[in-house]
Amino acid sequence: MLDLHGYGPRLLEGAGVTLQLAVLSLTLAVLLGLLTASAKMSRSWLLHRTATLYTTLIRGVPDLVLMMLLFFGGQMGLNLITDKLYDQFGVDWYIDLNAFVAGVITIGFIFGAYMGETFRGAFMAVDEGQVEAAKAYGMGSWLVFRRIRFPLMMRHALPGLSNNWMVLLKTTALVSVIGLTDMVRVAAEASRATHEPFTFLIPVAAIYLLIASVSEWIFARLQKRYNVGFGEQ
Amino acid sequence: MEQLNQWLATLLEGNVIFTPQTLGYYWTGLVTTAQLVFVSLLIGLILAVPLAILRGSKHRWIKLPVYFYTYVFRGTPLLVQLYIIYYGVVFVDGIQESFLWPVLKEAFYPALIAFTLNTAAYTTEIFHGAIKATSRGEIEAARAYGMSPGLTMRRIILPSAFRRALPAYGNEVIFMLHASAIASVVTLMDITGAARFVYARYYAPFEAFIFAALIYLCLTFMILYLFRYLEKRLLAHLKPLSGN
Amino acid sequence: MKKLLTVSLLGVAIAAGTAQARDYDHVRFGVDVPYEPMEYRTPEGELTGFDIELGNALCEEIGVTCEWIEQEWDGIIPGLLSRKYDAIMSSMTINDERRATVLFSDPYITPPSAWFAPEEADIGEPSTEALDGMTIGVQRGTLQDNYVTDHYGDVADISRYSTADDMVLDMEAERLDIVFLDFPVGKSTLLESDERAYKVVGEMITEPKEYFGDGFGIAFRPRDEALAERFNEALATLKEDGTYDEIYQRYFEE
Repeated sequence: MLDLHGYGPRLLEGAGVTLQLAVLSLTLAVLLGLLTASAKMSRSWLLHRTATLYTTLIRGVPDLVLMMLLFFGGQMGLNLITDKLYDQFGVDWYIDLNAFVAGVITIGFIFGAYMGETFRGAFMAVDEGQVEAAKAYGMGSWLVFRRIRFPLMMRHALPGLSNNWMVLLKTTALVSVIGLTDMVRVAAEASRATHEPFTFLIPVAAIYLLIASVSEWIFARLQKRYNVGFGEQ
Repeated sequence: MEQLNQWLATLLEGNVIFTPQTLGYYWTGLVTTAQLVFVSLLIGLILAVPLAILRGSKHRWIKLPVYFYTYVFRGTPLLVQLYIIYYGVVFVDGIQESFLWPVLKEAFYPALIAFTLNTAAYTTEIFHGAIKATSRGEIEAARAYGMSPGLTMRRIILPSAFRRALPAYGNEVIFMLHASAIASVVTLMDITGAARFVYARYYAPFEAFIFAALIYLCLTFMILYLFRYLEKRLLAHLKPLSGN
Repeated sequence: MKKLLTVSLLGVAIAAGTAQARDYDHVRFGVDVPYEPMEYRTPEGELTGFDIELGNALCEEIGVTCEWIEQEWDGIIPGLLSRKYDAIMSSMTINDERRATVLFSDPYITPPSAWFAPEEADIGEPSTEALDGMTIGVQRGTLQDNYVTDHYGDVADISRYSTADDMVLDMEAERLDIVFLDFPVGKSTLLESDERAYKVVGEMITEPKEYFGDGFGIAFRPRDEALAERFNEALATLKEDGTYDEIYQRYFEE
């Protein structure tokens, strides 16, 4: 049953690519988001401006266009540099910006902007009284961040984080357009070859729904955990 | 027109990539994107209102199918939906003989159907949330005045729900504009399609995609300001009275 | 004088650096799949086709191992220049536009382009009148795309596809009236299709040369002249000893 005209195993492999891509880009996005949020809250005019420009630009341009710009343009930019190295110094060195890397970077970059907004809102919602109390106890600033600010912030950030993750997961489908063999690409290829689009595309849709449902469950558990001590769940 | 062409020709002289031909492609791309997004949002909006009301029904058999629909369309990538409709429609038995075929065979309509169903699902959930948030007091007051449930819905719940839904709906409009970029995957010459053409012909990724990005950026800002204006007009009563 | 000498010495040094050829014992080919019968995958996922078999035979003749790396047509030349692979063997027509960026081997096959339409279609010899209002399918960024865009872009709708397979599917779905393809590809995907009957419309097209060039060649980075030369010699050998004909017959004559 899972054979699907011989495409079954490749479809599963594609699902693996989708998941890896989603998780890696999420990691990058969270890191960038934390950076952006701190830049936006910083007193430095330059940092604040840069972060604002970044979030505005990213949210104004379609993901697919950014992805193509980075994948096609980024490679050409890298070539200029490596060619220069080769011509000048005879260093034969090349950087391969493959579709997977380009996908992770673009998706991470795009969602970093959204995460930045989520984290900024969440940090601002943290009760300063608690932070002050921690300082009064003599905690250092890193310890305050780790023990007080971060867990409290997460409580407010989780709903936004969960929402961003759901959108990010669906965005990964776009990498199939720039040539990465995720499950959407395998399904589209198989549909064309066998002329049975439903056989491949509907299972793919079901896998997305499955991943979404499992993540919803995980986020609900996390929410419960971070809500500890706040009565209402 | 003649003058415009001449002016363009002198302006673009010596430019290999941005010729009148490629600018023409970007222009038709802009028109296609605008049509696609506007029409799908409009139909999606019209579908979403009754669906949102049904979604809040007390009867399971009314509520569940609508929930299932929004769950599926919000839980899967638009690209997959587009593929299913674009390729799938061909394999519906007898469709190629039916009167619908001349419409469906154009790439524009399968894309329009996919976009409409997608935005209708998101908009249904936005409205559903806004309806649920109606204050009990308003509904009870309407009842006390002797309004029927239908009248209450029309006169009291929906108008205030629309206003409450406005910010979220504005996001949905921008989301739809950006999502429409995948239309180029099924051969439509939208803004992204034009950019891909220019890139493939001249190997000029920066020019091709940055130009497209700028067009999208302008459109996004236009939508943003439109909604900000609407919010100011329609949500004025929600502003704190003292101003500051 | 002294300065001039230093500059020219430096120039020579740099030139020597650039001209220094890399000795290849492993060659990576970039290829855009599927493009039947030139390059495609069997349902089991095995890569095959005329280009693949000829490429493998050439590598064997030269005494190098080779590897095939899949790449969408859109990015196939940038991929070569960025050293993702060392050569392109993917039904690439030699023309002046491309000669500006890559170095071509001698042509290894010269297929014409042709128009294909459903058997029952009533289309005369393609011209601006005959194609007025039609929907023409081409693969994005190919020479067929350039030709059709420049000649019929004003009268017909042009649908551009990423892969030839997409285009064939839409042809079967009757979304396209006519397609313009490399003849061997149209032959194996359309003329030999079980789904519908197709025909060639009008003449085979090989002119004008500014669009249709001089046949298919293997593309190399401009500095890899030595490698291109090795492939040219191997191609000549295979043509002499009959290996070329044997592969050719397997794909183009039943």
